[in-house]
Parts: sequence; structure tokens; C-alpha cells
Amino acid sequence: MRLASLSMAGLDLRAGSVLGPARAEAVAGYGLAAPAFLLIVFLIFLPAFGVFVIAVTDWQFGARSLSFVGADNFVEMMDDATFRAAMFNTLLYVAVTVPATTMLGLGIALLIESGRSFRAFYRAAHFLPVMATLAAMAIAWEALLHPTIGLVNQLMGDLGLVRPNWLRDSALVLPTLMVIGIWQNLGLAMVLFLAGLKGIPRDLYEAADVDGADGWLDRLTTVTLPMLGPVSMFVSIIMALRAFEVFDTVRVLTQGGPGDASETLLHTLYVESFEFLRTGYGAAVTLVFLTIVVVLTLVQARVLDKRVHYT
Amino acid sequence: MSGHHSLSPFAALGRHATLLGTALFMLMPFIWMVSLSIKSPGEAFQARFALWPETFYGVENFAKALTSVPLARFMANGVFVAFAVLALQILVAAPCAYALAKLRFPGRDALFALVLIGLLIPQEVLGLPLFILFHLMGLLDTYAALILPFSVSPFAIFLFRQFFKSVPDDLIHAARLDGLSELAIVWRIMVPAAMPAIIAFAILSVISRWNNLFWPMIAVSSEELMPPSLGIVFFRDEEAGNDYGPLMAAATLVVAPLVIAFLAAQKRFIEGVTLSGLK
Repeated sequence: MRLASLSMAGLDLRAGSVLGPARAEAVAGYGLAAPAFLLIVFLIFLPAFGVFVIAVTDWQFGARSLSFVGADNFVEMMDDATFRAAMFNTLLYVAVTVPATTMLGLGIALLIESGRSFRAFYRAAHFLPVMATLAAMAIAWEALLHPTIGLVNQLMGDLGLVRPNWLRDSALVLPTLMVIGIWQNLGLAMVLFLAGLKGIPRDLYEAADVDGADGWLDRLTTVTLPMLGPVSMFVSIIMALRAFEVFDTVRVLTQGGPGDASETLLHTLYVESFEFLRTGYGAAVTLVFLTIVVVLTLVQARVLDKRVHYT
Repeated sequence: MSGHHSLSPFAALGRHATLLGTALFMLMPFIWMVSLSIKSPGEAFQARFALWPETFYGVENFAKALTSVPLARFMANGVFVAFAVLALQILVAAPCAYALAKLRFPGRDALFALVLIGLLIPQEVLGLPLFILFHLMGLLDTYAALILPFSVSPFAIFLFRQFFKSVPDDLIHAARLDGLSELAIVWRIMVPAAMPAIIAFAILSVISRWNNLFWPMIAVSSEELMPPSLGIVFFRDEEAGNDYGPLMAAATLVVAPLVIAFLAAQKRFIEGVTLSGLK
């Protein structure tokens, strides 16, 4: 009896169990996959589907009624100065931080690998910001950038330079957030490049030696950089995904201000959805964000696929 | 580049000068944070460059950080939520990953496609609908709101499946002959065999929960439920004002657990975090 009930639950595939082996295997498969399947449906698929539905309504959270408005939310977005600022700032943020982070990460990885001493120290020091809670570190940056007592402005003053209000000056606030973004993600780009460097076969350098390419620069341009091509592409996309998701620093340091000078896509999504409770409009902004992330992730999957074929 | 050509002394000096400079830039926010956390209010507001204070005020600052807001509670919430999420993720993902890797059943490929599509959807997109769902269930502002949305990780299923596939089938047949149930095979054969992947995933998962600000801002408003990321922002907004010492002491305490764990197990942490790039 006990054996039979276990088999019914599909949890017993011993030879000679009551069900046929193929049937029992299928039952076990369904049983084991069911919790994950149900949770994916209820916590990911139906909510994601819900965003599409809400985005074509004028629903405000808490309101008892809503009506179908078609593409109105998207039309409104095009005219919304705050959304346009958010989109422009986010694209600018990505356009600056992604190449900067990728190239600095590559440079630092190459420098670390070029010698033997202090490798572990340099790697750890550059990686630390990736680990550290960004909300807390944003508050540390705020103290560092304090207009009068911050270390940065103390040094600027000592050098006889102007002492700007980094986070309240509409011309400086976005570049300041970019620097913090680069600071945070540089270490991740670095470790991905370090892994890429380890994957370059040694014989390639020996072959380059034989061919007479034995100088530091020769080796870099004939072997290292070409071999890192696919990795660089892959790192750039990861950095782009992280840059499009910029939120914590904006929320903690500027709330998008002054004016809309540091408004970003995810911050606008947050404010519209959870502060103004304009649920329909927030859902439309969410779809814009989703589209960007999905396209980048699909490109990344293609690159990753290529990289697998390389090796 | 490959390391078997050693650098000239001049080049080695340039390497150290550059890397020390960039390392200093990377570490400066940490150094300034810790420095302010041990300075008295008077010294913090002196426009004078000093990293170490004339009078050590750390005890007062850390005591104030721990008493003016429930910082210990924030940290305990962070630990509880991170490990509850991790336990659920492994409990849900491992059996599913085993079914996808080793069992044959109709609809298996469709299920795997579902997992892959799930991988595409970022958490921030689910913020709005999950906020509504948890509101309807009356679960906003509870631990459940902090934990449940992360209970299923398509990435964990995807990753574990890759590792489970490489476990030899003979091992599974032998286990069945020994009388192990399918569920026992998951926990006693597959999970131990895929331990490196599970540890890397665990590290990534705990870091993500501890550091995440977006969802806790949506999900909870009560002080006693706040995780450290939200708690430190709450402290700055509600209590600290211009009192930098206690605020920096609190920030130091929020950042410390992951930084210390990272320094103790660098290689594993880097493996865990680089995994996030592979999904």
C-alpha cells in the first residue's frame, strides 16, 4: 500500500513499481516541477501579462473604475517633459558609463595581469564597490561630495578651485551620478575581463613570440585584444543592462532633481507607479523599460552563444 | 601579458602607480565613511583634511546609530529575508531543475522555454503588478511581501539544470535500485554533486537581497520590517539630519557584513557575482 501510494505520487521509480516506468517517470517529472511551474506562472507570467493589460487603461491605484484608453498612455509619454528628460538622461548615462566602465575595467584587468605583485590586493580593492550596499554607499558619496565639509571640495579649495555643489547643480548632477555609476560597476567589468584573460591559450603567445611579436605592445595588439573581442562585447552589454537599471543613487541622492536634471527611466517608473499612483501610466513606462531590457538580453544571449562556439 | 615576460622596473613602477591611484579612488568613499563614523560632530564640520580624528568618537557614534533607529532590527531583517528567500529558491528550483535535466515527460521542453522567458523579465518590471497582487492579498507591509516575490528564481532553475545534466545517469539508476525516491535523489545525489554552482548561486542571491532597495521601498513601510538598504535611507531622512557621525556609523554597519564576507572568501564571491553576467 505504502509502495503503491508513493508510486502514485510519482516518487518511486524502482524497477517493478506499480506504474509503467515511463509513466512513473512522467508523473515524477510533473510532481517535481509543479511548485516551480505554479510560482513562475503566478509570480512572473501573470504579473507581466498584467502590466500589458494595465498599460492600456487609465487606472489609478485605489480608484473603483477604469476605462480602456488604447495607446493614450504612450502618446502622453511622448509629450511628458519629465518622461522625455528621464529617457534622454538615461540614454546619456548609458552612452557615457558603458564605454567608460568597459574600457577602464579592461585597462585595470590588463594592468593587474601584467605583473605578479599585489594582484590579490588590487583585485579586491577594485571589486569592493560591486559588493557594497549601494544605498549606504550613496550616503557615503553624499558626505564625500558635501559642498563645504566633503573631502572633494576640501581638496578643490586647497587647489584654489571653485567648490561646486555637485548634487544640486543641474549641469553637474548627471555627470556626478555617472562617476558613481562607473565607480560601482568597474570592478565587475574588471573580473569579467580577468576571467577572459585566463581563457587565452598560452600557445598563442608562444606562436606570437615565434612570429617575432614579442614586445609588450605587439603581444597586446596581436593576441590579447583580438582574443578579448567577444568578451568585450559581452561585458558592454552587462554594463548597459546595469546602467539602464540605475535607480538607487538617483533615489537616495537627487530624487531626479534639481528639476528633471537627473531624472532616469526607473526612477520615473517608481514615482509614477508608487508615489503618484498613476498605475496605468506607470505600467506604460514599465513596458518601455521591459522592451529595452529584453532587446539587450536577447543580444547578450546571441553573443554568449557565439562565445561558446569560439572555444 | 601572459605573465612569463616580466616587466621592466620602470614599467612595474608605472603599473603600481596607476593601480594604487585607481584603488584609492575606489576605496575613498569607504575610507571617508569610516573616518566620519569615528569623528565628533565638531571635528566632522571642521573644513580640515584629516582621516583620523583628534578625539576618537566612534563609541558614541556607533551607540547612537544603534539606538536612534532600530538598526540591529534592520540587520536582523536583512539576514532573515535573505536566508528565507535563499532556502525557498533552492527548495523550489532544485527539484524542477532535476526534472528538466534528467526526467522525460511530455511538455518538458515547453516548461524549459517558460523558464528561459522568465529569465528575460527583470524584477523591476514586476514591481507594479506584484504591488497590486500583494495589496489584493492583504500582504503588503509584511515579511511575506519581502520574501515571496523572490521564491522562484528562473536563473537558479537554469543554472542547476546545467550542472545536474552532467551528473552520470548510472549514478541515478544505482540510487533507484538502492530504493531512493526521486525526491531523495534530488537532495542526496544531485544537490551535493552541484555544490559549487549552488554555493555560487547562494552568494549571488544573498548579495542581491541584502543590497536591493527598489522592491523593499514598494513592499514595506513599517520601520520594524525594513531591511538594511531601506533602513539606512530611512535613518538619513528621518533621524540623522546633519549628524554625520552616527549616519556614517550606520552605513558602515550596513556595508560591513558583505565586505567582511567578501574579504574572507574572495574567490567564491567573485564567482558568485560573475554568475549574474551569465544569465
